[in-house]
Amino acid sequence: MTTASHDGAPGPTPSQTVGPFFGYALPYETGPRVVPGWRPDAIDVRGRVLDGAGEPVPDALLEIWQADESGRIPRRPGGIVRDGHDFSGFGRCGTDADGAFWFTTVKPGAVGDGAPCIAVLVFARGLLKPVFTRLYFPEDETAHAADPLLGAVPAERRATLIAAREGERRYRFDIRLQGDRETVFLGF
Amino acid sequence: MTHPPYLSPGYKSTVLRAPAQELVMPKLGPDSVELASPVFGHQELGRLDEDLTVQHPGEPLGERIVVTGRVLDGQGRPVRGTLVEVWQANAAGRYAHLGDIHPAPLDPNFTGAGRCLTDDDGRYRFVTIKPGAYPWRNHHNAWRPAHIHFSVFGTAFTQRLITQMYFPGDPLFAYDPIFQSIPDERAREKLICRFDMDTTEPEWALGYQWDIVLGDTPMEA
Ligand SMILES: [Fe+2]
Repeated sequence: MTTASHDGAPGPTPSQTVGPFFGYALPYETGPRVVPGWRPDAIDVRGRVLDGAGEPVPDALLEIWQADESGRIPRRPGGIVRDGHDFSGFGRCGTDADGAFWFTTVKPGAVGDGAPCIAVLVFARGLLKPVFTRLYFPEDETAHAADPLLGAVPAERRATLIAAREGERRYRFDIRLQGDRETVFLGF
Repeated sequence: MTHPPYLSPGYKSTVLRAPAQELVMPKLGPDSVELASPVFGHQELGRLDEDLTVQHPGEPLGERIVVTGRVLDGQGRPVRGTLVEVWQANAAGRYAHLGDIHPAPLDPNFTGAGRCLTDDDGRYRFVTIKPGAYPWRNHHNAWRPAHIHFSVFGTAFTQRLITQMYFPGDPLFAYDPIFQSIPDERAREKLICRFDMDTTEPEWALGYQWDIVLGDTPMEA
């Protein structure tokens, strides 16, 4: 798809890296807390972002976007100023010195034919454009077999899209940008 | 090709961070969640978020500027009510970030972060200070051309764009591996704003125009 900008050149505005200095501007205190921890159906997702040498990426920014617990797509604001009950579906978390991030959210309901999943974007210094992936849940094996995206992923790489269960309502989802067990990234 | 590739060895940090495997493109494309976007409201933004020169008791040092433009989709239609976030160095080329060790002065009256929602024409507008160039350690004598970082949402999560806006005629363009990571020269030029006398305010501030066009996704080649 092409379009004309003011100089007549076709096409969209190119991406550039988020750089190392977004930390005082983009993250905000309630960013990782998509729902309050006291909600009985709240889940915790934790993970790390690792580079091609297996080293932590301490200057990555993660964003998640998801349907609510019944599979409805949120259409209301509240991703920045959370009021405690409305669900905006959006979360943002910068990684710490260990490359670690966390979110408190709810498990989304299934949307259409797909298995329940959360859309995940990662920005970082050294990423000239974001990487896009999905987080699936380990208990949904049957639904995974019929999921259109998982079906398009080579079997040996599929596990990189499925979070590990770490306890009651707790999951781990590590993101490997490159190399051994590189996370599957999506081309859209 | 509009967007830079992930691997651009002149920009050293890409070497260990660029995915090496091919991206997966499912037959059915993005799902309905990915084709929707988070919604943000005016009540979530601060009153001073659009003017980076009034967020402190005193006035920041440097050249006051107005930066405005429209967020458009691939058909040239305005993207309304979308969240635009900006951050930048101060006039001396220093970020208000603990990790910035460039020995240039911090400005107690300038943080350098702002945000707004586009209006019904898809327009955003910020008042700020022209950022300075700054050194980085990518290679010997490496300097970034002056830029403002922009983050835009759009109407689909797949359109999510973070980029940098540059200023006309910067002598550092030819030496900057981040700017040069975009292979096509005409695509690179889309990141350069345009000085505009009509946006310039008499006895107050120079004005620059810069439109942002959101394609389907920046992940495409
Ligand atoms: Fe920068």
